[in-house]
Amino acid sequence: MDFSSTKKGPFVSLVTGLPGGGKTFLGILLVAALLVPLSNLLVPESSFFHVPTYMVSLLGKYLSFALLALSVDLIWGYCGILSLGHGAFFALGGYAMGMYLMRQIGDRGVYGNPDLPDFMVFLNWTELPWYWTGFDMFPVAMTMVILVPGILAFIFGWFAFRARVTGVYLSIITQAMTYALMLAFFRNDMGFGGNNGLTDFKEILGFDLQSDGTRLGLFVCSVIALAFGYLISSFITQSKLGRVLIAIRDAESRTRFSGYRVEYYKLFVFVVSAVLAGIAGALYVPQVGIINPSEFSPAQSIEVVIWVAVGGRGTLWGAVLGAMLVNWGKSYFTGALPEAWLYMLGGLFVFTTLFLPKGIVGTSAIWIEKIKNRQTGPASTIPAYVKEE
Amino acid sequence: MRIILKSFLAALAILFMTQAVAVSADLTEASQGLLAKGYKDKTAAVEAVAATGDARSVIILEALLGGKLFIQKSDNVLVIGVKAEGGYKTVNAITGTEIGLTPKSDVKKVRINNKMRGLIKGQLGGLTLLSDDPALRMKAANAVFISRPKEMMAPMQSALASETDPTVVPAMTRALAALELRHGATMADKQAALEILSDLHDPQVKSLLSGELSSLRALQNPTGPEKELIIAVQAGLTKIDEKLDFLNIIENIFQGISLGSVLLLAAIGLAITFGVMGVINMAHGEMVMIGAYTTYVVQELCRNFAPGFLDYALIAAVPLAFIVSGLCGVGIERSVIRYLYGRPLETLLATWGISLILQQFVRTIFGPTNKEVSSPEWLSGTWEVTGGLALTYNRIAIILFAAAVLLMLVLILKKTAFGLQMRAVTQNRQMAASMGIRTGWVDAMTFGLGSGVAGMAGVALSQIDNVSPNLGQAYIIDSFMVVVFGGVGNLWGTLVGALSLGITNKFLEPYTGAVLAKILVLVAIILFIQKRPRGLFALKGRAVES
Repeated sequence: MDFSSTKKGPFVSLVTGLPGGGKTFLGILLVAALLVPLSNLLVPESSFFHVPTYMVSLLGKYLSFALLALSVDLIWGYCGILSLGHGAFFALGGYAMGMYLMRQIGDRGVYGNPDLPDFMVFLNWTELPWYWTGFDMFPVAMTMVILVPGILAFIFGWFAFRARVTGVYLSIITQAMTYALMLAFFRNDMGFGGNNGLTDFKEILGFDLQSDGTRLGLFVCSVIALAFGYLISSFITQSKLGRVLIAIRDAESRTRFSGYRVEYYKLFVFVVSAVLAGIAGALYVPQVGIINPSEFSPAQSIEVVIWVAVGGRGTLWGAVLGAMLVNWGKSYFTGALPEAWLYMLGGLFVFTTLFLPKGIVGTSAIWIEKIKNRQTGPASTIPAYVKEE
Repeated sequence: MRIILKSFLAALAILFMTQAVAVSADLTEASQGLLAKGYKDKTAAVEAVAATGDARSVIILEALLGGKLFIQKSDNVLVIGVKAEGGYKTVNAITGTEIGLTPKSDVKKVRINNKMRGLIKGQLGGLTLLSDDPALRMKAANAVFISRPKEMMAPMQSALASETDPTVVPAMTRALAALELRHGATMADKQAALEILSDLHDPQVKSLLSGELSSLRALQNPTGPEKELIIAVQAGLTKIDEKLDFLNIIENIFQGISLGSVLLLAAIGLAITFGVMGVINMAHGEMVMIGAYTTYVVQELCRNFAPGFLDYALIAAVPLAFIVSGLCGVGIERSVIRYLYGRPLETLLATWGISLILQQFVRTIFGPTNKEVSSPEWLSGTWEVTGGLALTYNRIAIILFAAAVLLMLVLILKKTAFGLQMRAVTQNRQMAASMGIRTGWVDAMTFGLGSGVAGMAGVALSQIDNVSPNLGQAYIIDSFMVVVFGGVGNLWGTLVGALSLGITNKFLEPYTGAVLAKILVLVAIILFIQKRPRGLFALKGRAVES
């Protein structure tokens, strides 16, 4: 995967600017995007290499979680903002997508009402609430996927960062935010389906959601979105702005005294991160087929943080790796040993914080460097912040 | 004229109640009318039976009301029958002698209509007004207050005159005033009755007055005095409304303090671990949960081995919950948290992991379903402060308990050697260590103290909430809100935070509903933290920045 010999457009220079690990990561993503659909479509079902459709959806789900983890890593790993409410942005993006899918059902619902989703008919509503207007159009819905989490993050961040709410306090109020949203979305009067959320989707852009082709399409979309999110994140973190972010993470007051408007940097990266989380949510919903208020629960958001911590905070592809690993473990163990999963997840939290403070990627990078040092002497390729204890 | 006569008779009957035996011969005679076919005769008979004032007339009228009064076809004798296999088990209604099993075909039910039903109820009320049991008299007076039959005026007056029980007198006064207002002879009587009623403040009087008001308004051509009465009733209603509003506020404050004390209990342990030590203990809720489960276990042990002490199991559970949760806390501190000091975000994640493990652990042992912790005898029931304001004992107990826990903690922090060491370590760890304080030991004990207090909170919460593995989760966010709102490192801040959140919540609830009230409070706290990032009572100085 060496792009350095090609002509340099802006996108290409983005890719070439990546550190070695990043290029490998993008390569793996590209291979996955090609191999999984091919093996699903071409390899016969009896073969070992056949990827069944349910697995495609499962992988797609992991990819959307990976994008969510990436967004958390962007603010936590690079700016020191531990958000315990990122599930809220994810869920808001998901709800925006869910509303579009809901409108696509049209008159095929149980009550056969062409305008109103089933739950509204059930609640004896006669017309669509104003905030549902336009959600039958895909472009509008997609704009909302970006705008709603972005605007919420902007307002929230604007107040919080200007007031210099930092550290644990910020974590607690982000948690309160997602908790408040969860309570709100549980209410039937909100017009988002209350307890049951939005479900029973039929099709997206005219493609049947149950068909293999659509599922593959969504999987490929998830791969592209993740790659895109990765490129944006690494562009931000590699840029001068990213250096300032790291400075804020390591010594906020000192950065402020050096003349940087810390709150604007934080606000920018917080909004970008929230938008990425929203996009992740929008990809998650059609592949899982449901969105309900439990996505807002604080526990969900904290779980995202542990994905990042396991993979390695401060390394973008570490976050992706962590999300994939933990969720694969979750799928496997909730099936095989449902009793044991919470013990394992809890143990993972404790083990990671105590013994793997840099996560899998960070810790292994330190080991690799140690081995290299033994062979060639100290010629460090590891950024200082990864090494520091 | 007849009515006056009848009420006169009834009054007479009641006056002569003491000589009931003398007039008992009349009962047979009076009840003869019940054998008649026409409702008119039966109605008269009901009144006559009641007028005898005989104790047995209550039995007869109650049987009549319940459809258990029959006529034996063979000899036209009134019998009271209870359904049994193959017919009715009957007794003679007048003499009370048992007749035995009578086939269905041998008896005929005495039928009554709705009008009679109302009359019988009123008459029964009049008869029980003189019962020996004050509770029955009270009940009768309240029944009269609701139905307000005109015939009851005289009996009520005489009953009130002879009433000695101070608890029954107000009920009778109220009932009499209600009667006067409806049936009073002169406008002056009605006005006087209205005076009495509008000094009372309960919802029943309010609904009575508004009913009266609407019936007065419905009059076609109100006369002058009637118009005056309308105005007076309106004034009375406003007066009652004001009083009820006031009581409502008191009740809201009480509910708010009650919720606030629950929050205080849940948060106060956190105020120590978070406030004093700077440790974000996400497993705090699970300490509360463990306390609640300890209560459950103590209760079950008592039930099985010492049923006599079941009522006191709750008291025994308090120190035990403190010890169990406290030991858990010390264990967590020694095994995990001490390696994470100075890294609050990592502590947060690790303790969250611990909370998951503890939840699943409790689920494995006790199962996922709710466990029942019963309230002891001395905590159930309500304290009726005044009409329209009743406080439950268990809520009052929780308020007192929370106050006691707070006081205990303040004393420990301010007056004991351990408290002094604890504050020393908080303020300057190195200096404290060089003075010979075992900082590690102080850390462990402080964390144990915070966790133990959480366990004690669990004992209280087991009384008002479901004891389930998720108990702690429900309180953790609220607890953090309280601590952050009140200001970290300040027990008084926690108190003020808990109470103000509780009261705000309860005042919002009537307008918005419980869920929306909670959301609004959360949003308000989020906004508040923007204004004062360190809470209501913030620590000042350089120590804050680090």
